[in-house]
Amino acid sequence: MPEVLKAPLVVEFPFTRSLGPVQSAFLTGLRERVVLGVRTGDGRVLVPPMEYDPVTAEDLRDLVEVAPTGTVTTWAWNPAPRRGQPLATPFAWALVRLDGADTALLHALDAPGPDAVRTGMRVRVRWAAERTGAITDIACFEPYAGPDLDGREGPAAVTSEPRPHDGQFADPVTGIVAEARLDYVYSPGRAQSAHIHALADRRTVGERCPECHKVYVPPRGACPTCGVATTEQVEVGPRGTVTTYCIVNIKAKNLDIEVPYVYAHIALDGAGLALHGRIGGIPYDQVRMGLRVEPVWTDDARFPDHYRPTGEPDADYDTFKELL
Amino acid sequence: MSKEPVAVVGIGQTKHVAARRDVSIAGLVREAARRALNDAELTYANIDAVVIGKAPDFFEGVMMPELYLADALGAVGKPMLRVHTAGSVGGSTALVAANLVAARVHGTVLTLAFEKQSESNAMWGLSLPIPFQQPLLAGAGGFFAPHVRAYMRRSGAPDTVGSLVAYKDRRNALKNPYAHLHEHDITLEKVQASPMLWDPIRYSETCPSSDGACAMVLTDRAGAARSPRPPAWMLGGAMRSEPTLFAGKDFVSPQAGKDCAADVYRQARIADPRREIDAVEMYVPFSWYEPMWLENLGFAAEGEGWKLTESGVTELDGELPVNMSGGVLSTNPIGASGMIRFAEAALQVRGQAGEHQVPDAHRVLGHAYGGGSQFFSMWLVGDRPPQT
Ligand SMILES: [Zn+2]
Repeated sequence: MPEVLKAPLVVEFPFTRSLGPVQSAFLTGLRERVVLGVRTGDGRVLVPPMEYDPVTAEDLRDLVEVAPTGTVTTWAWNPAPRRGQPLATPFAWALVRLDGADTALLHALDAPGPDAVRTGMRVRVRWAAERTGAITDIACFEPYAGPDLDGREGPAAVTSEPRPHDGQFADPVTGIVAEARLDYVYSPGRAQSAHIHALADRRTVGERCPECHKVYVPPRGACPTCGVATTEQVEVGPRGTVTTYCIVNIKAKNLDIEVPYVYAHIALDGAGLALHGRIGGIPYDQVRMGLRVEPVWTDDARFPDHYRPTGEPDADYDTFKELL
Repeated sequence: MSKEPVAVVGIGQTKHVAARRDVSIAGLVREAARRALNDAELTYANIDAVVIGKAPDFFEGVMMPELYLADALGAVGKPMLRVHTAGSVGGSTALVAANLVAARVHGTVLTLAFEKQSESNAMWGLSLPIPFQQPLLAGAGGFFAPHVRAYMRRSGAPDTVGSLVAYKDRRNALKNPYAHLHEHDITLEKVQASPMLWDPIRYSETCPSSDGACAMVLTDRAGAARSPRPPAWMLGGAMRSEPTLFAGKDFVSPQAGKDCAADVYRQARIADPRREIDAVEMYVPFSWYEPMWLENLGFAAEGEGWKLTESGVTELDGELPVNMSGGVLSTNPIGASGMIRFAEAALQVRGQAGEHQVPDAHRVLGHAYGGGSQFFSMWLVGDRPPQT
């Protein structure tokens, strides 16, 4: 059996996010080294703040400022930081309840090792040198042994009251970019791998369904109509018929093809469904349904560069009307 | 035991626009929810469950909306479900909510759908470069345009029909305060003079990219009795799917669409949809899909749908108005588009569609589809409860 293909597939996109009033105040506050929370209907202070009350679903707008010091409520050691994480050296993921807050914030805690971290330990914000209005404006948390807000030493319980804040800052941050990235290893599977290997010899190979006898190109290893595996390999084409098409007049961002050009559905002789390709070697406005075409290959490409007319008479509509 | 009748007692949507930079996604969805609750004169406390739908994850990068939005939608301590069926999702989300009421699992259900296209790029989401696969060579409309040409060949429709649909829908949108596109100076000549992007599809025959949300409150017979405004009653609802690509797939009139409509008509005891249904709000992302769906849904014989469009039957004052709201051609927050169709059908039978109200709309069909004609969902709503 030929080798099943594999390749890395990275899916990434810089999504943008409008923040709304509460997240806007929170992130702008971080830029100004102010940590804001929000007071709920039952009097609790949520940090990070929420837009809506988790109990009553009412709007929450009652912002308060809490301290940049707090207590670790639980944690996990991260021995091998990965791309995009807050610190490049091993650190603890910690939930930190800031003084004045009733809920804990998830962030990185910089510590020399897991032995230096414990639930209940006192920590404080280490601000990033350059702040833009993002959660990364808190570079991380760090152990803190100095006086707490009430002037007492050590990890004593802190009762400091959060202070009301109007959430107003000059030049507020109203949106962020949320980079999303997913790393996959992609495999097209047995059937498509065989198809792709055959393309290297400029042969188009599909698979025939043992029940309905339709030939799938490219093959997927099973017939979606009959729900059975396909194994019998069948070479189709190389000639085929244009079943339908459109004339593309607008340049797509990622494609280096001069417009106008014809994008067509092409039923290769013997195939049970049409595949897609560009038509060349004929003025775009002379392409028609039923045009007989053949592939044109270039040296380095996996797929035909385009299809060109064979010069045969056009196919009769009735011969391809099921293959549009 | 028969099913519980399902009533729509609250409908809310946002003013759809190109970009809502003033609100978070939660704020946007909540705006629609609040309007639906206000319409029903209910609060979150009256809601037993929340059912939410949205566009495919790569379209906008929100992977777990049910988790993110539970607080905003008052779902804490209640069941919250998420539905996922590509472009048809707004319709199937409403049907999942309706089925929970019909099965007497819940009495009153809030259902919502949304998308902020301005924060993402749907075309990117549709064309991820997959290793070893030939890239799509044609851009957004290039997927649809060959199917339109196939329809034109099969039906012999004159090539002006698409522009008639776009001209009608954009004029209908002028009567709908929530529609995204309000082209006050629209003329048929302007539509026909707009650039041919993917011949045979012109620029003016394509849908916009919108930010928006839609919400509905569905309830049982007892809930309907308490409704301050006339309810819309679900007379039939169905979903169908089929593979995006298979040998024998009919992109012009997919079998799953025909089967879905037939199921709805069977439930609602509709023998002749053209005579017994008063208006249709259908998912038309490119203008030519109006005549195609008219045939697929049984309002015209195969090859005859364009004649209804051309003769004015589908105009707002025609015998069978289609896309009274202005349709997807005027408003397209993809994840919400299906639910907006369903909501418009309900608005019409409740007599609450305002300037785009169809007189005597007793039975109206709402239709959604998506995923390269992979998913279909439809409901028929009426101004009277179903006969039991
Ligand atoms: Zn088969």
